[in-house]
This record gives sequence, C-alpha cells and structure tokens, in this order.
Amino acid sequence: MKCGVLFSGGKDSTYAAYLAKKYENRISCLISIFSENPESYMFHTPSILKVRKQAEIMNIPLIERKTKGEKEEELLDLKFAIKKAKKEYKIEAIVTGTVESIYQASRIQKICDYLDLECFNPLWQKDQIELLKDLLRSSYKIVITGVFAYPLDESWLGKEINEEFIKKAIILNKEYEINPAGEGGEFETFVLGCPLFSRKLKIKDKKIQGKKNSWKMEIEVL
Amino acid sequence: MIFIIHIYSKKIHYLEFVNPIEDALKKNKIEFESIHYKMLTEELVLKAEKIIISGTSLRDNEFLEDINKFNWIKEFEKPILGICGGMHILGLVYHGKLKKQQEIGLTNITFKDKFLGVIGEKQVFELHNYYVKSNSFDVIGLSENCLQAVKHKQKPFYGVLFHPEVRNKDLLINFANL
Repeated sequence: MKCGVLFSGGKDSTYAAYLAKKYENRISCLISIFSENPESYMFHTPSILKVRKQAEIMNIPLIERKTKGEKEEELLDLKFAIKKAKKEYKIEAIVTGTVESIYQASRIQKICDYLDLECFNPLWQKDQIELLKDLLRSSYKIVITGVFAYPLDESWLGKEINEEFIKKAIILNKEYEINPAGEGGEFETFVLGCPLFSRKLKIKDKKIQGKKNSWKMEIEVL
Repeated sequence: MIFIIHIYSKKIHYLEFVNPIEDALKKNKIEFESIHYKMLTEELVLKAEKIIISGTSLRDNEFLEDINKFNWIKEFEKPILGICGGMHILGLVYHGKLKKQQEIGLTNITFKDKFLGVIGEKQVFELHNYYVKSNSFDVIGLSENCLQAVKHKQKPFYGVLFHPEVRNKDLLINFANL
C-alpha cells in the first residue's frame, strides 16, 4: 500500500517507516508536525531543518505543518496534513511509531478512519527493551537529543543508543520507572543512520540548553 | 498446543494484532503456534488444544468474505477465544448479525459474571467498527454502547470485542491456562 509516515526524525517513527517498507508497503511521503509547544501530548518537537535532511537522504517527499500545539488544535493540524498527503501522494495508509500511548493511537486511528485511510502501528505494544535491541540489530545510529525526567541530566545528551545504553535503560526503568523507549517523553532521540538512509548524517554543530532534569540539544547535521 | 489464528489481509497487521498476543504468551512461558486462517488445514485444527482467533485493523474486513472457511468451528469442542474480528467470526458462524458500532480507545465495561477470571468493572482498549449479536452466545460483558464479552451457550467458546493483548493480558493468560 502507498503509505504516509508520521515522522519526527526520532527512532520510533524511523523504525516504523523501515518496517512498513519491509512488510511490502511503499513510503510515498513523510508527514511532520512541528509543535511550538514543547509539552505537546502528541508530537515530539524537533527542528525542521534536520528532519528535512533525513527526508532528503531517504529521497522521500516531506509534508510539513506547524502547530501551536494546543490540545485539540494540534489534532486539526495533523488532520489537515494527512488530508494533504492523501490528496498529493494518493496515500492509502498512515504509519505511526506509537508503542504504548493509547492517547496518541486512538486519536490517529479516528483521523485515519474519518479520512478513509488504513492505520498501521507496527511497533504497537512492543516490549521497549526488545525495541531498542531491534534497532541495534537493524544498524540504527541514534543519538539522545533531549532528556526530560529525573535522574536524566545534561550528561545524557549526545549519547548513542548502544548495548551500554540499553543496560542503563533497564536499570533506570527498574529504579525510576523511566520508560526505556522514552515514549513517555522522558527522552528524545534523533536518527543519524539507518537502512532507509542513503548515507549517515554527521553532527556539524550543537547547541545545548536546559536546567536540572530538562535538557535539549539542538543539532545541525550534514 | 495453543494455536493463534491470524485474520488480517496485509502482512504488516501481524505486528500490531498478532505479535502482542504472542509476546504476552511468551512472557508467561506458554507455547503456541501461529498461523493465518488461509493456511489452516483440518489436520492442524485437530492438533490444537485451544485456539485464539486474533483481530485486525479497523478497516480490514476482508475476512468477513471468508466466513465459510471457519465452518470447522462448529465441529470443534475445545476452547476458542475470539478477539474483536475473531469474535465477529465466532458470532457469524453461529448465524449472528453484524451491527455497526464504532469504539476507539479506552472504555469502561462491566462483566456481570465471571469471565475468564475477570468480573466487575474493567477498563479495556477498543478498536472496532462493528460487533456481532448471535443467539447462541450469552452476553457477559457490556459497555455503554454494546456487548463486549460473550460465551457460547454449550461450548467453551469465548468472544471479546475489546483487545485484551493491550490492557487486559490477564484474561489472555487465564484463557491459555484453562
């Protein structure tokens, strides 16, 4: 089927896109919603430029839409962007990287149903540690670009997801109930390399800001 | 051996509607075999000690055109659990009627009697556009909108409209341990 992938540039949406392709679908476009609200319930809030770069090296068109990120309004913005994808790229299905969030999954399901689209959630209910291991097995190169929960701090920014990270994620989950995949918004990731990319991205510049247990690293990639 | 029967039309649905059931069984060290209904043979059905018929996506209704491929259910005497689309199949095999009713997301339902170890009010995850009403089944669980859990009047056949693999894994495990 022709699919539009809800794409944030992070590990889950990039992996969902990879699985959609692996399971015999065609990725016709990526759809990115850029929220001005860092606390958005729906969207991870990356910078536009670096997502454009990922789309470029995947050679897949990107539909962009900004939202103020207010609860119901951001859903209208999402619906608008999906409608545009259906019109311009004749997509028949939406692919999401939702793992656990019923809030996110239910809202996207309703939008897809309203727009006569299938909705694929290939990571749905996946064990979070298994998901991290699958990403490594599939040669994903992922960096942490944001942390938003105790005891995570500035030192986590820029760390790569590797075996050592997974070991730490298991401990953090046991001791502090940090979701190992970061889906509860505990941390944010950015994919620098994966089988869908024609080459790996490199971090050219970074800007770190934050305090206590809320830190963000804006990166520029080449 | 438990058999998990898939009913989806697109391979990618496997990851969303079958894999979570398999993972729940694996975590509880319960052995199973997993197969699509189009690959099912009489021989395999005879091998099964219990059967789980999984669901599929909101808009995936191709299996409804193949209800005659599930006539083996009438001869089967061991436990079956039908989930969402799987529940539709159980009802339709027993001359039930398909009725339109959409529910998406978390819903509160009430089990008026014990159903696979569960009773009283529960929160469940729903993803369906239809339900099936068949006179061969007793209704045990209800939401505000429609029936949610049914049990065959004579046989150990259970149907749930909601997805226990999302929020009510205990029900799946209780079925596996019947």
